[in-house]
Amino acid sequence: MTAPLDVSGSAAEAHPESVLAGAGKAIQGRSLTRIAWMRLRRDKVALAGGGVVVLLILVAIFSSPIIAAFGHPPLEFHQDQIDPATLLPKGTFGGMGGEYLLGVEPVNGRDIFSRIVAGAWISLLIGFLATVVSVIIGTVLGVIAGYFGGWVDQVIGRIMDVFLAFPLLVFAIALAGVIPDQGFGLEGNGLRIAMLIFIIGFFSWPSIGRIVRGQTLSLREREFVDAAKSLGARNGYIIFREVLPNLVAPILVYATLLIPTNILFEASLSFLGVGINPPTPTWGGMLSEAVRFYTLPHFVIFPGLAIFITVLAFNLFGDGLRDAFDPRAH
Amino acid sequence: MRRKHALAGAATAVLALVLSACGGGGGTAQPAASASGGGAQAAFNAAVTGVFNPSTKKGGTLKAAHSADWDSLDPGDTYYGYSFNFGRFYWRTLTMYKPGPGPEGNTVVPDLAESLGEPSEDGKTWTYKLKSGLKFEDGTPITAKDVAYAVARSFDKETFPHGPSYLNELLEWPEDFKGVYKTPDVDFSSAVEATDDSTLVFHLKKPFASMDYVVQMPMTAPVPKDKDTGAKYREKVISSGPYKFETNEIGKRFTLVRNDQWDPTTDPNRPALPDRIEVQLNVNADDLDNQLIAGDIQLDIPGTGMQPAALGKVLPDPALKARTDNPTIPRLWYVSVIPDTPPLDNVNCRKAIMWAADRVANQTAYGGEVAGGEIATNVMPPGIVGQEKFDQYPSADNKGDVAKAKEALTACGQPNGFSTTMAFRADRPREKALAEAMEQALARVGIKLTLKGFPASSYFSDYAGNVDYVKKNGIGLAGHGWGSDWPDGYGFMQAIVDSRTIRDAGNYNLSVKNPEVDKLIDQASAELDETARAKLWVEVDKKVMEDASILPVVWAKSLLMRGQGVTNVAYNEGQSMYDYAMLGVE
Repeated sequence: MTAPLDVSGSAAEAHPESVLAGAGKAIQGRSLTRIAWMRLRRDKVALAGGGVVVLLILVAIFSSPIIAAFGHPPLEFHQDQIDPATLLPKGTFGGMGGEYLLGVEPVNGRDIFSRIVAGAWISLLIGFLATVVSVIIGTVLGVIAGYFGGWVDQVIGRIMDVFLAFPLLVFAIALAGVIPDQGFGLEGNGLRIAMLIFIIGFFSWPSIGRIVRGQTLSLREREFVDAAKSLGARNGYIIFREVLPNLVAPILVYATLLIPTNILFEASLSFLGVGINPPTPTWGGMLSEAVRFYTLPHFVIFPGLAIFITVLAFNLFGDGLRDAFDPRAH
Repeated sequence: MRRKHALAGAATAVLALVLSACGGGGGTAQPAASASGGGAQAAFNAAVTGVFNPSTKKGGTLKAAHSADWDSLDPGDTYYGYSFNFGRFYWRTLTMYKPGPGPEGNTVVPDLAESLGEPSEDGKTWTYKLKSGLKFEDGTPITAKDVAYAVARSFDKETFPHGPSYLNELLEWPEDFKGVYKTPDVDFSSAVEATDDSTLVFHLKKPFASMDYVVQMPMTAPVPKDKDTGAKYREKVISSGPYKFETNEIGKRFTLVRNDQWDPTTDPNRPALPDRIEVQLNVNADDLDNQLIAGDIQLDIPGTGMQPAALGKVLPDPALKARTDNPTIPRLWYVSVIPDTPPLDNVNCRKAIMWAADRVANQTAYGGEVAGGEIATNVMPPGIVGQEKFDQYPSADNKGDVAKAKEALTACGQPNGFSTTMAFRADRPREKALAEAMEQALARVGIKLTLKGFPASSYFSDYAGNVDYVKKNGIGLAGHGWGSDWPDGYGFMQAIVDSRTIRDAGNYNLSVKNPEVDKLIDQASAELDETARAKLWVEVDKKVMEDASILPVVWAKSLLMRGQGVTNVAYNEGQSMYDYAMLGVE
């Protein structure tokens, strides 16, 4: 019959909804997710962001083999690369070259490339897991507030207000400063990472909670919920079978947008010296060391660039995702 | 003793040659640095070995700046080296460091006093005779009463929280004396008294040999009782020196002009060359370096050296480098090895740390050989009177001796190493770098170090200097640094190696808890013969190194820059910076 849909055509690009009106083959039902995916596929910027995100995740997961192949162990000193008087790298451009791809740090000559790759693991780990924590708390409290309404909603709403108004950075600095060496079966940096995940996650849930509450509020009034209720379904059934599946999309979108915020937060804490303990490399920590050597641009630029690219990629991807799920939100 | 200094001097000269060769500077610059100091030929370290650009020309304005605020301009309320140094423009004390370069800068000469103090037979009473013809800026004569009053007013640490408390601890103060403001009627003559207008007598609790060094501190700068305004005196200090305040805006700037009541015949130590001295406060440290390089500012008051950003600019440039000096200052950066924390309670485990440490990496962490310091092999820095350099833990290239460290570990019963925690001040990048270097070096012998950073402001009160915290958290190593208040064994060592100074919190001695050390300290501080006393302090140093409870890192050096158009510049060992009272302008 006639040619199938021309997805690359300008008309289709401008009006993604025309996909639904596609002539030709018998019209088949498409799920919301599927429609969103088709929209997303045509958003080049979001796809690029997504690509970078995937790449970063792969780098984080395979950081050890990557470092083994292209760099030196991230904690290893290379003082032969350092001028003993000025403590700056001997080579030009901060010692950049085949041996040290992004140059070496001043003072102790550690390989910047390896430290950035190793830092990716910490940054993403904390960014992801802290987001998981806030998604869990935010979803549970958001659904409860939105579904039951009344005084429950009031109480949870006020709690969210308190959390949103909380001077989070100040509190996190105080808390991170008193973390003991051992506890909860963990010790040293393992415990610190766990605590950072908890602190960041615990304080950033209200943004998710508000979205979930709003969505639940509107879902609660929808016909299919009424139908389930009139058939005698219990609250638990309705929440898990009717409401939650419809919340997956917004949660996914806002979780994606929360990840870069959390990565930035970890970087700020490390920058202020209350994040992960040295010598474990983190981007924020590298940046704070680099400030002392502002005459040496490469040392500031690379960790800064790593943070910038990661945050930008997640944000672009998250924005694209939101547009795809909810085009009216433009 | 002298010989040791000569050796240190030679080492510096060799270093200077090596460095100037690196910088591409011609070898011709070197002769200018010789003791004659002839002319204004700029050369690296020219003001360390001699007087640079000597001059007797009076007049002109000296422009100085400070990167922070003064702790206090009040002689009874200040405890910074730069303040002791600069203050001599407007105060005079019983004694002072001999002006000028070289090892003699460590010795004290009389200032207000006619001669150095005379101790009694038992070393518990010290008598000073004042010169005649001394006057305050308003023309009233300076008497021994004014000095006694100044000493007594400095006793009150609530009114004057900054000043040193040596005289509070040394003198026999009456029980009910709480300071001249709270208890104005109490007679303090049991501690310090003016027996007549020109005789001042100090009464000490126990024999103490280094009194001449203590009285060079500004607590003995005379203060006229009728002009004393307590905590507000800092705003209008009455001068006893060659300059007096013209204006004084606290926290912003002040200006000094000549004091016509100062009689140069009573003061052979101060040439008093400039007519005017202008001081700006709270100038950004990096900006200050740039202005010093450009010549807009002639004197960097803190005198602790240039910022890291400026080093990268100055050292590679032969012309700029020739304007700098790189002296070793009487300050040790070190790591406390704390014997309370198992397995470091065993001396062999502590020795393993001594052997395993990579001294070169530690030195680099602390700023390298120019801005950081010389690799330290024992506790007392060069420049301390009678210091001897020795090395009980030598290794090839100073990189540490892994085999010896493993032997020590075996002797300690931990052949595979152990784990412990190292504390450092998180807001001090050099100390953090040191902790990282230690972690790498000790890992070579299986000692696993966990690093933990703490805020510097509460480091000694709540963390590394808090006995309970250290024990509970198993802190085995702690980054530390110490500078001397005066350049003899007591002035440098006592506070960090005497175990009887250890309290519950706020300790500066974190790790030396050895009764033999304490015994030697008592012997040394009661010994009135200078040479014998210096020898005893070297014994203390050796004992501490055997105890392996201090791992020395570097004897600090600073990179100082001579201002444009400044004359008569010399590094003074007693001040551990340029001798400010000597300076003049072209």
